[in-house]
Amino acid sequence: MPVNASFEGRAYPPSPPYAVGREHIRDFAHALGASSPLHSDVEAARAAGYRDVIAPPTFAVVLAQRVESQFITDPEAGVDFTRVVHGEEKFVHHAPLTAGDEVVGVLHVDRVREVAGNAMVSTRVELSTVAGEPLTTVTSSLVVRGEDS
Amino acid sequence: MSANPTTAGTTVPSLADVAVGDELPARGIAVDRARLVHYAGASGDRNPIHWDADFATGVGLPDVIAHGMFTMGAAAECVGAWCGDPGRIVQYGTKFVGMVVVPREEGATVHVTGKVTKVDEASGQVTVELTVTCEGRKVLGRALAVVDLAPAGE
Repeated sequence: MPVNASFEGRAYPPSPPYAVGREHIRDFAHALGASSPLHSDVEAARAAGYRDVIAPPTFAVVLAQRVESQFITDPEAGVDFTRVVHGEEKFVHHAPLTAGDEVVGVLHVDRVREVAGNAMVSTRVELSTVAGEPLTTVTSSLVVRGEDS
Repeated sequence: MSANPTTAGTTVPSLADVAVGDELPARGIAVDRARLVHYAGASGDRNPIHWDADFATGVGLPDVIAHGMFTMGAAAECVGAWCGDPGRIVQYGTKFVGMVVVPREEGATVHVTGKVTKVDEASGQVTVELTVTCEGRKVLGRALAVVDLAPAGE
């Protein structure tokens, strides 16, 4: 089943709040080999001007992929997840994600295109605090391989 | 966001000391199955192509492959270690152009080098392009990080 092009331009309601935890940041940084003490040592993070430990630059994907799943797993969207290849990912940080943040995400389906039998889908997730302070814009492109490729 | 350049482990380079063409210290990232399982848990991306060889080969892959987002995230350490404060990485993006295949016994090594490609004196922002390879082939394409080196409080 092809991806439903009528989803292009769709914006979703804000996701439920996601609590960014200190131990989650530490574990994510450890998994990546991100050695900065600003990911693990609260005192070092505060000395550098942050409220608490800060997340590595790609941590926002954890939140973004939960938000994107509203589209990806919607049967009406027609995305066969077994045929999905991750094409591109980009983070624009307005402020670093910090332990203690309560984050909501708004999903936008920016683009759905058919290219050479494959569907190219571009999504954008705007992450902000529950108070509305912008945190990160996450853009992601997926290729959904067609039946013949 | 302010940063204190005297804090141990968080020394931020001065904008005046950074020039186009500067090379960042190269890094080798050792990837094995245990690391991918750790990343799968930490990230919430538990797709079995990243830890189950039978599943991976069953869908046509040569073996278990690393998460693209693992490779992107681990490569960022090249920039984070250089700039001293990963919170100053204000943009980071890439295309995924190749797989990191991770055999059970020998694992894989991802090689990361970085070069300063742009210095914007007005904004204090510096662009770094990363070259990320495995087995001699590019795995990330156009991997660009923008780092804010403006002095604290500006």
